[in-house]
Amino acid sequence: MKRVSHFFKTLFLTEMFVGMAVTLRHFFMPKTTIRFPEEHTPKSPRFRGLHALRRYPNGEERCIACKLCEAVCPALAITIDSEEREDGTRRTTRYDIDEFKCIFCGFCEEACPTDSIVLTDITDFHFEHRGEQIMTKEKLLAIGDKYEAQIAAAKAADAPYR
Amino acid sequence: MVHAFNTYWNALPPTAQFVLISIGGVLAIMIPLIIAVAYYTYMERRVIGFMQVRLGPNVVGFHGLLQPFADVFKLLIKEVVVPTNASPVLFILAPIVMLVPAFAAWAVIPFNAKLVLANINAGVLYILMMTSLGVYGVIIAGWASNSKYAFLGAMRSAAQLVSYEIAMGFAVIGVLIAAGTLNLNGIIEGQSGNIAHWYVWPLLPLFVIYFVSGVAETNRHPFDMAEGETEIVAGYQIEYSGATFASFFLAEYANMILISMLASIFFFGGWLSPFQGLPVIGAPSAIWLFLKTLFFMFCFLWFRATFPRYRYDQIMRLGWKVFIPFTIFWLVLVGLMRLYHVAPWFV
Repeated sequence: MKRVSHFFKTLFLTEMFVGMAVTLRHFFMPKTTIRFPEEHTPKSPRFRGLHALRRYPNGEERCIACKLCEAVCPALAITIDSEEREDGTRRTTRYDIDEFKCIFCGFCEEACPTDSIVLTDITDFHFEHRGEQIMTKEKLLAIGDKYEAQIAAAKAADAPYR
Repeated sequence: MVHAFNTYWNALPPTAQFVLISIGGVLAIMIPLIIAVAYYTYMERRVIGFMQVRLGPNVVGFHGLLQPFADVFKLLIKEVVVPTNASPVLFILAPIVMLVPAFAAWAVIPFNAKLVLANINAGVLYILMMTSLGVYGVIIAGWASNSKYAFLGAMRSAAQLVSYEIAMGFAVIGVLIAAGTLNLNGIIEGQSGNIAHWYVWPLLPLFVIYFVSGVAETNRHPFDMAEGETEIVAGYQIEYSGATFASFFLAEYANMILISMLASIFFFGGWLSPFQGLPVIGAPSAIWLFLKTLFFMFCFLWFRATFPRYRYDQIMRLGWKVFIPFTIFWLVLVGLMRLYHVAPWFV
């Protein structure tokens, strides 16, 4: 009996037609492709991408040069120099992150007492010349200024779980 | 303008006029065919993409419509590399041997009752001959490349083409018994009536075998043992690059379109309308032929997206132990139907 049914199955190519029905059904399915440069996959608010330094709403930079990030950085990617400003507060004169050394572990963000250094969700960045991978304080602050709304929103979204 | 043209034209000797008209006819078939091949590659990538729930090429031009031209120009400006130990003459000759019969076979295809370049009375025989010649291109390419993968691919391909040619020939003989003629227009006219008069109904198994053999003949999936990327990289094409590779590509796709068109001519009434007898849509037209051809062209891609590659011994088993005995059996049946004038096909 089994042989008979097998014979008729192969003779009438039933399994073949079943397979073709599957592909035809997929032909009309909505497509899952994300057109990359125009579209992006959704990212978690905890995503760890390019760094940024933030400011307070009054324009004062948050970083107080406590050097906790420099101490915690496992890749030794952060270099900080600091001095006392005229108003008596301690501020950085130099805040460099070597993006080639950085392993994007996010420890600096965890260690920061003032939420100053953060990792944004920017992934598509590149360097065209040697030395550009050193993100100086000015560059980091510029990124922070540009994406402040986005960074604040990501922080707020993640806050209930911290 | 027209007058000047006429005086020039009439001044030409009749032989020259004939040659010019023939060249014009050849170009009128070849240029649309090459464009059709270019867009068939685009259609292939889109259709298979859609079946895999992705989009396929959609960036170059509107919805990727310029993609085939980008590919063609890329291939044409690439260098043709002749391997050191290859035989240069045969190496260059092989794609030409592939390409010429693939185009030459189109000479006898009737696009409608009048529109045919060479309305010869042995059209089917001519087409079978021309499609068989393609195997020489494969073998020469595999041999001249002096590469073991190319050689293995050529060997596989030669054995496969020879075995499926027989099944295909038998399937066509069924059509010949039904039509009683080797002329392609005669075969189409033998199917006039309406959709019920097409030869696909009495010859359904022969049609299936014809089309499957056609897929095998053109080395398409799931019978693409000659290419077999996972085992022999790309088979006989492996050493080819640039324009020579493009020629192989062109020949393969031209053959696929040819097989699709022949399937619609032999079994689906060619340029006849399925609603023959009704006004307007019942009129025979080349559009019907193109629509039917398009469906079979889609089937080629559909098969590719659906089926995994056959194992080589399974291909041989299918060809020799299933298709050939089955076609012979059905030929006897067709002969009997013919003998007893089974309506409506064999009156």
